[in-house]
Amino acid sequence: MIEKFQKLSGGAKFMLFMIVVYLIAGVVDFSFAASAFHGFLANLSKLLPIMVFVYVIIFIVNLFLHPEKIKHHLGHDSGLKGWAYASLGSVLIITPPYVMFPLLGQLKEHGMKYSLMAVFLGNRNVQPAFLPVMVYYFGLSFTIVVSCYILAFSILSGIIMSRIMREYGSVKIG
Amino acid sequence: MIHNMKAAFQKTLQNIKMAIPMIIGILMLISLFNPLFQGYYSKVFTGNYFFDPLIGAIAGSVSFGIPVASYVTGGELLKEGVSLLAVTAFILAWSMVGTLFLPLEISTLGKKFAIWRNSMNFFISIAIAILTIITLEIIS
Repeated sequence: MIEKFQKLSGGAKFMLFMIVVYLIAGVVDFSFAASAFHGFLANLSKLLPIMVFVYVIIFIVNLFLHPEKIKHHLGHDSGLKGWAYASLGSVLIITPPYVMFPLLGQLKEHGMKYSLMAVFLGNRNVQPAFLPVMVYYFGLSFTIVVSCYILAFSILSGIIMSRIMREYGSVKIG
Repeated sequence: MIHNMKAAFQKTLQNIKMAIPMIIGILMLISLFNPLFQGYYSKVFTGNYFFDPLIGAIAGSVSFGIPVASYVTGGELLKEGVSLLAVTAFILAWSMVGTLFLPLEISTLGKKFAIWRNSMNFFISIAIAILTIITLEIIS
């Protein structure tokens, strides 16, 4: 039982924790917990159709995008193409941070520049697959404006990071 | 092609397994706490161009998860009266600043890079939030 629980993802543990919190809240004040649960169901029912759409997009991205292809274009001599691939890779590759950092660490060992790593890490809010959810909550104008600023600032942060890291020289290959 | 589709489906399924319980948990948390804090949001978030994004960015910096989880959290908070300025800084800092993952980032990408990048992105999230709201006000 404990082993099964330990194998669960962080999200699943968090969800189970919240179920326990609702049960405790129900014992303390049933009407409050019931009202909160109805609010939760209402929010979930509105969000579910959008999440279905989101996962259809993710499936299409997974079908046609191979991270290995992007990896090859992020090396030491990648030039302008490297900046484009770093931006493209960060918006298309959907992974949690604890997967992203080891992946970037591996790319660093193969010559990825610090500036490209900064671009890669700065663009994660412009993932097309998740943009329908952003549009649902904040509107189309907001989504377009904020996405443009994120892309522009990620390039700026890449330029600044390349200046800051200059004293270490270029990243070694291999 | 069938092999590719199978691999893409399995990868998507892994994504669903990771994200959906987290999103359900966040919605449950917000639905439970919003009635308790509803009256306080308007007092804390007044639309101030300095304090609202600062509070939002601090909250986002210590939170973590895939970006879509921050949209759900931020969107629900927005419905309850938290300013768009604070929510924007919150969702940006959520994915751009990784305070809880700093040890991992330091070990994989180096101390100097990790500290500079996170510090810079904290201020960038505030700057983008302010610029976005100003731009939207101009557009509208």
